[in-house]
Amino acid sequence: MEKLTVGRAIAAGLRKKLADDPTVYLLGEDICDPYGGAFRITRGLSSEFPGRLINVPISEAGTVAVTTGMALRGLRPVVEMMFGDFIALAADQLINHAAKFSWMYNGAVSVPLVVRAPMGGRRGYGPTHSQSLERMLLSTPGLRIVAPTPRHDAAALIGAAIDDPNPVVFIEGKLLYAAEQATVSEHYDIAHTHPPYPAAVLNNAAGEQPNVTVVTYGPMLPIVEEAMTATFNEDEVACEILAPSEIAPLDTALIGESVARTGRLIVAEEGPRSWGWAAEVVARVVERWGDRLVARPVRVTGRDLPLPTARPLEDHVLPGVETVRGAVEKVMLQ
Amino acid sequence: MATCAKLDIYEQMYLIRAFEERIAELFTRGELFGTTHPCIGQEATAVGVVTALEPTDVVTSTHRGHGHFLAWTGDVKGLMAEIMGRATGVCAGRGGSQHLYAENFYTNGITGGMGAVGTGMALAEKQQESGNIVCSFIGDGALAQGILHEAMNMASLWNAPILYALENNLYAMSTHVRDTLAGGIVPRADALGIESATVESEDVFEIIEASEKAVEYVRENCRPYLLELRTYRFCGHSINDERAYRTREEEDEWRKRDPLALLAGALDGADRREIEGRCQARIERAIAAARKAPVQDLGDIGKGLWKS
Ligand SMILES: Cc1ncc(C[n+]2csc(CCOP(=O)(O)OP(=O)(O)O)c2C)c(N)n1
Ligand SMILES: [Mg+2]
Repeated sequence: MEKLTVGRAIAAGLRKKLADDPTVYLLGEDICDPYGGAFRITRGLSSEFPGRLINVPISEAGTVAVTTGMALRGLRPVVEMMFGDFIALAADQLINHAAKFSWMYNGAVSVPLVVRAPMGGRRGYGPTHSQSLERMLLSTPGLRIVAPTPRHDAAALIGAAIDDPNPVVFIEGKLLYAAEQATVSEHYDIAHTHPPYPAAVLNNAAGEQPNVTVVTYGPMLPIVEEAMTATFNEDEVACEILAPSEIAPLDTALIGESVARTGRLIVAEEGPRSWGWAAEVVARVVERWGDRLVARPVRVTGRDLPLPTARPLEDHVLPGVETVRGAVEKVMLQ
Repeated sequence: MATCAKLDIYEQMYLIRAFEERIAELFTRGELFGTTHPCIGQEATAVGVVTALEPTDVVTSTHRGHGHFLAWTGDVKGLMAEIMGRATGVCAGRGGSQHLYAENFYTNGITGGMGAVGTGMALAEKQQESGNIVCSFIGDGALAQGILHEAMNMASLWNAPILYALENNLYAMSTHVRDTLAGGIVPRADALGIESATVESEDVFEIIEASEKAVEYVRENCRPYLLELRTYRFCGHSINDERAYRTREEEDEWRKRDPLALLAGALDGADRREIEGRCQARIERAIAAARKAPVQDLGDIGKGLWKS
C-alpha cells in the first residue's frame, strides 16, 4: 500500500469535499491537470471534477478577493497559494476584507473561505519561498489559522476548514507533504482533543509524570519528536508534547493544564524569534500559570534573519533537533 | 418619462441630498464621531444606476456609499443610527459611515477592494444560476489599485456578470484624476476585452437609460461591463476638507449642472415641496430615534466575530 503522507491526506480531504459539496471550488495557480499544483497536491482533481478547479492568473490578491466574494454569496472556495510567502500579496484581502465582514456587519454574513498556504523552509528555496508567514496573520481577529502535523488527520482538518463558516488560513508545512501521517507511534502515546481542530497530545512517559511540556505546531513537530525521543532515551527526560492544529485563535487551557503538572515549558516554532507565536504562548502561560513553573520557559525558534538558500546557512538560521535538545537541557538544569 | 416616475426619482435624489447636508450639520455641531464622505452632487449616479437594477441583484459600494445605500434600501433610520453609532444602526455602530450592510448590499473602506470582491460575488451568482448580477460602484481613484485590474481581468476571462459603475468625480481626495490616471478609462476596459461606455450627463434619466443598457448587456451576455459616469461632488472629500485644491469658479461651473436642481426645475412646485417636506420629516424622525437609541451592549461586542 502507498504510504499516506500529509500531502496525500490533504488531497484526499479535498477530493471528499469536492464530491460531497457542490459549492466547493478550488482556485490557484497551475492547480489543474496535467500540472496539478506546484507541490502536486491537486493532481488529478481537475480531471475528476471538471469545472470545479480553476487555474488563476498570477494574481494572489485578486484571487483572495474574488474568492472572498464567492464565499459571501454562497460558495465554499479553497485557494491554493503556490507558496505561502505570497500570502503577503493578499494581506489586505485577508485582513481588511475576509476577516472583517462578519464582525463589522454585526454578524449578518459569513465568509467560508479557505486559503491553503505551503509554508516553511528546509527545501533550499531561499529568502522568499521558505518563510513561515502565518505569524503575520496570527493577530487578526476573525481569521482562523490551522496547521496540520503528521499526528493529525489532515484530510479531516481540511474538511473542517472547508465546512467552517469563518475564513481559515490552512498552513501546510512544505516538508510535511512527504511525511507519513500516522496517529500511532512506537515512542509516544497519542491522544487528540478539541474537535474539529484537535490538538495532538504526545506522551512518552507511559503513565508516569512527564518532566516538561513542549508546545509546537506544523512542521516543527517531527523535529521536536525526534529531539524528545533522543532525550528520553539518553537522559530519561519524559515529555508531553502539545501540537494544537488551531494555532489562532489559541485555546491555552490544555497548555496551562499540562504546565501545571510538569512545571516546565518549551515552545518551538520555525519562524524568527521576535514577536512570534512562541512568545505569545509563553506570555499567556506565565500570566496565568506562572506560579506553577519551576523553571523559566524556553523558546525554540528561528533566528531574526531572512532565510538563506545554501543548506548549511539555512540550517544555521532554522531551529533543528539539537536546538530543541539544548532547550531541554536549559529548562531541566534550572 | 411619466410624471410619477419623475416624482419618485426626485424624492430619492432629494432624500440623499438632504440626508448628506444634515449629516454635515450634525458633524459641525459635534454630534458625530469620526468622519464621513458625503456624495452631494452625485445623487443622479447613485439613483440612476440603482434604478436599473433588480431588487435581487447585488450591490457593492465604497467609502462614499450613503447615496447608494439610500437608493438601494431607503432605510434612513438604519443608516442614520449607524452613522450616529447606535445599536439600531444597520451594523450596530460597528461599521459606521464607511462599512455598511443591508440585504445584498455591502460597503467597505478600502479603495478598490469591493470591486474585486464584487467580481467574486458575480461569479457565485453565475455559478448558482440565480440570474442576478452584481453592480460594484467604484471611484476614479480606485483605478489606480492593482487589485481592481486583477479582478477585472478575471471577470473578463471567466465571464462574470458584473457592472462596474465608475463614478468619475474628477478627484480622489485632493488629487485630480489627470495627476493619477495615465491613458484613458475606456482603453483600460478595451484592453481587457470589457465592453464600456461613458455617460457625461447631469440628467438622471439619461443615466438611467445608459445604466439599463449596461445592466441588460451584463444580464443577457453574462459578461462584465464598465460604465463611466462623469459627475462632481460639490462638497469636500470628507468632513474636514476646505477644498483648497480647486477653485470656487470650477465648482460654480459644475453647480450650474446640479442634477437635483435640473430635475427640480421640471417639476410642479407644490409636488416638490410636498416631497421635500416628507424627506426632511423622515430624516428628522431618524435623528430623533437614533438620539434615543442605546449604543450596542458592550457584552455583545464580540458577537459575530466567529460564526458557528
Ligand atoms: C487602500 C486605500 N488607500 C487610501 C484610502 C484613503 N482614501 C479614502 S477615499 C480616497 C479617495 C478615493 O477616490 P475615488 O476612488 O475617486 O472616490 P471618491 O472619493 O472620489 O468618491 C482615499 C485615497 C483608502 N480608504 N483605502
Ligand atoms: Mg473620485
